Amino acid sequence: MEIKVLGPGCPKCKQTEQNVKAAVAETGIDATVEKITDIMEIAGYGVFGTPSVIIDGEVKSVGKIPSKDEIKTWIEK
Amino acid sequence: MAKECCKPGGNIMILACSGGSNVGQLSNQAAIELTQEGFGKMFCLAGIGAHLGGFVQSAKDVPAMVAIDGCEVGCAKAILDHAEIQTKNYLVLTELGIEKNKDFNLKAEDIQKVKAAVRSACE
Repeated sequence: MEIKVLGPGCPKCKQTEQNVKAAVAETGIDATVEKITDIMEIAGYGVFGTPSVIIDGEVKSVGKIPSKDEIKTWIEK
Repeated sequence: MAKECCKPGGNIMILACSGGSNVGQLSNQAAIELTQEGFGKMFCLAGIGAHLGGFVQSAKDVPAMVAIDGCEVGCAKAILDHAEIQTKNYLVLTELGIEKNKDFNLKAEDIQKVKAAVRSACE
């Protein structure tokens, strides 16, 4: 599984990355977590704002910090 | 976009039909000017219409939104319905008393009227 967290480095983006990593650790799912900070690359995803979470190419959330439990529901499917 | 991610307060997503008539282009011009004035941020309705994931999810997650249709055909509303996005604030410009035609020389007074209506719809 490939998870990307889009965000230039603000506190919300960092919190989202932490929540994603915690969810991955708790579920034990084999996943890579990549933080995307390049503005042009982020723009390519067509998101209105950040942080955003993308799992295997599917945009799961935009402009908010998803909780660890919410992220777990996405990656356990 | 991303540089505003931690900006306090909400950011209103503005979706204009941008259609091929005076009222369609009025929706577009009002969206541009409201964005330039800092009222909200124009977003790409075509991306939602194309069902591109980033655009659709952005519209679903945004806390504040206004959709502007030029006329009662309601293309913007239909696009949002088709993508299963709840329309939070909505207005149709012909209902403001602006007649639909093919004159693309937009009147400043009409642009101001639309901008005021959008601001009012979001209150």
